[in-house]
Amino acid sequence: MVVKVKPTDTAIEVAELNFYYGDTQALFNINLSIPSKMVTALIGPSGCGKSTFLRTLNRMNDIIDDTRLAGTIKIDGTDIYESGMDIVSLRKSVGMVFQKSNPFPKSIFDNVAYGPRIHGIKSSELLTEIVEKSLERSGLWDEVKDRLDDNALGLSGGQQQRLCIARALAVQPEILLMDEPASALDPRSTAKVEDLIGELKEDYTIIIVTHNMQQAARVSDYTAFFYEGSLVEYGVTSNLFTNPKAKQTEDYITGRFG
Amino acid sequence: MWKDKAIKLSFLGVASTSILIMLLIFIFLFKEALPFIKHPGLASLLDSKWLPVSFQEERYGLLPLLTGTGLITLLAMAFAVPASVLSSIYIAEVANPSEKEILKPFIELLASIPSVVLGFFGLIVLAPLVKSVFGLNSGLNALSGAILLALMATPTIISVSEDAINSVPSAYKNASLALGASRMQTVFKVVVPAALPGIVAAVMLGAGRVIGETMAVLMVTGNAARITGNPLESVRTMTATIAAEMGEVPFGSTHYQSLFWIGILLLIMTFSLNVVAQRVLKKYGMFR
Amino acid sequence: MSYKLKEILITSGLRLTTYAIVFVIGYILVDIIWHGLPVINWQFLTEMPRRGGAEGGIFPAIVGTAYLVAGTILIALPFGVGSAIYLSEYARRNRVTELIRLAIITLAGVPSIVFGLFGLGLFVIFFGFGASILAGSITLACMVLPTIIVTSEEALRAVPRSFREGSLALGASKWQAVRTNVLPYSFSGIITGAILGIGRAAGETAPILLTVAAFFLPRLPQSIFDQVMALPYHLYILATQHPDASKVLPLQYGTALVLLILVLGLSLGAIIIRSHFRRKYRW
Repeated sequence: MVVKVKPTDTAIEVAELNFYYGDTQALFNINLSIPSKMVTALIGPSGCGKSTFLRTLNRMNDIIDDTRLAGTIKIDGTDIYESGMDIVSLRKSVGMVFQKSNPFPKSIFDNVAYGPRIHGIKSSELLTEIVEKSLERSGLWDEVKDRLDDNALGLSGGQQQRLCIARALAVQPEILLMDEPASALDPRSTAKVEDLIGELKEDYTIIIVTHNMQQAARVSDYTAFFYEGSLVEYGVTSNLFTNPKAKQTEDYITGRFG
Repeated sequence: MWKDKAIKLSFLGVASTSILIMLLIFIFLFKEALPFIKHPGLASLLDSKWLPVSFQEERYGLLPLLTGTGLITLLAMAFAVPASVLSSIYIAEVANPSEKEILKPFIELLASIPSVVLGFFGLIVLAPLVKSVFGLNSGLNALSGAILLALMATPTIISVSEDAINSVPSAYKNASLALGASRMQTVFKVVVPAALPGIVAAVMLGAGRVIGETMAVLMVTGNAARITGNPLESVRTMTATIAAEMGEVPFGSTHYQSLFWIGILLLIMTFSLNVVAQRVLKKYGMFR
Repeated sequence: MSYKLKEILITSGLRLTTYAIVFVIGYILVDIIWHGLPVINWQFLTEMPRRGGAEGGIFPAIVGTAYLVAGTILIALPFGVGSAIYLSEYARRNRVTELIRLAIITLAGVPSIVFGLFGLGLFVIFFGFGASILAGSITLACMVLPTIIVTSEEALRAVPRSFREGSLALGASKWQAVRTNVLPYSFSGIITGAILGIGRAAGETAPILLTVAAFFLPRLPQSIFDQVMALPYHLYILATQHPDASKVLPLQYGTALVLLILVLGLSLGAIIIRSHFRRKYRW
């Protein structure tokens, strides 16, 4: 099922994607165009493959033994799975925020500076500038600007997650992948993160996996509904939620199964 | 990309040195021992006398050395196993946490004492004690050696057995207690039997240590190569033989080669014990 | 007999057995400390031995042990940590990995005297190093290698997976991720293992018997091809082959105590380092 999207640029073009863990197939013939500088939500019941799909976009599945992928994923016209692809620069332009925030046991400054340092930036003025900008962008600067040398593990859960977002932004990606970024947070922190996503989409293409439909409805422009490894429906969020085309979509949205 | 591959290969190379060393040990032991097969032939190792230096006829029988090692090992395990297993039960099931904090390091301490220091203690304190208790001419015999070796095997047996006992699921204990069994009944009838494979592995590892020990036995067993079952007599172990005679042996001589055969035999014995013990531990889910 | 009484009897029996072992350990330590302490003074530690070891100090033995230990660690640590990094971060489940693990278990079980034979055959004779610090150190390094590999691998595996994933997701290469975000947090475990290895190397006699040790050398070693005196060997000879055994008894005790303090001190140091770092990095 190929879905045409309203006229915006396409950031990621997924064609005929099939994915296997060993002998088990996890993704079946996914075709999807993800629009640029918009928020696309991936929803679906547990085990439907949305997280697996997300991880194919920055090739994080590569670190798992015995996985196989067929099909193409094109970013900026280049198939990121073709041989000779520079994975390091791919992961620079496609950043990831994990479900459980995982700040390194270093200082706040060193956490955010980690990415740029890895990629060769040594000048401390430049690093300080990058750290400040990234923390501002993720809305954490005011809260931590006086204690950049404190251990990041001392921050609250919501702050840690925003720190991880700042860390991802520090390497200047074009695309940001977020795997259930607010599922471990309390409602207030969740709201902060959701607001943040709304601001970030001006500059970044954002793809967010969520099991929380209300969140998807609040935050995203486009939504893709996954079920048992297949893409069942994809469309503008408001349309998908008010007027779902597929019966499965409707059943999931109305809570007939979850 | 290729830089990553190069790094991975370098680490693989480093890790492979273990394999290299293992192979080299086997190869070089055999290399030095090989000529013995032609002359005087492996069958002479089965002789009942070890007399590598003699005016009449040299005898290279390993039997006295094997029985020496065997007698001491058996005795040492007879002392060590009951004491160690019972102690491990105490530490794992009875001792309270603050007691454990003191006991465990203390036992570890025993494991750290160099064997030459224990041998020295055996020579100066233990042997005279054995001598006076049993009214002998000398306290340098199998018994003294066995006592020292028991001390050396104890920390190994205790720590592995303790791990095994701690790995028994508490569900077993709870079920037994819920049925009205007392704590000690639960321990001896449910927990210990469940931990038995691990305890057996612990004993095997301990035995491996005992068989391979050199300095302590060299210093207190009297070093007489004879076949005997009497613990109050002097005996000689395989390990002590190598240590004592290697220094004075003419390089490349038959005597020299026979010592390497002893080494090969020792290697095979301890290797088998270790591998079996690890298999048992792995099979029953207790990793060491 | 009521079951309560039985319980008490059994528990007491277990307690008795355990503390009997503790008593024996304590007795040995006290005996050596009691007889050895009076002998140890500045001269004992810094003077050269005289009259074939019957008088004077044990300075060269201390120096020799120090050289051997330094050599051992210089060789064993890179190979040990490198192997651990491979096994923890790169290895897949294949034949080669199985073989490496088998080799490590094998080496861990080889009797120390067999290492001595090996060292003699390969390093002293075949490579022609002769009885030397070089031959002794390499032999000891082979012996200590399994310990270092096992403790280092444990230390690496204790670092949470999310650190590696987080680094990779930011575009780090595998080695960058390991070097900057895994290795630093495993240092305490690695150092603990190294100290334990040093302790073993310092106290072993059999491997150095045939590869390096001498009893009476007129001067300190000048190069790695020289023989050295070493504490364990010195104690062994003093205790068993000295013609004037009873006269040198105090020196034997002194040597034993120095060796004991060295080895136990190292173990203690390892424990302290381990708990210090445990408090520093919590995750």
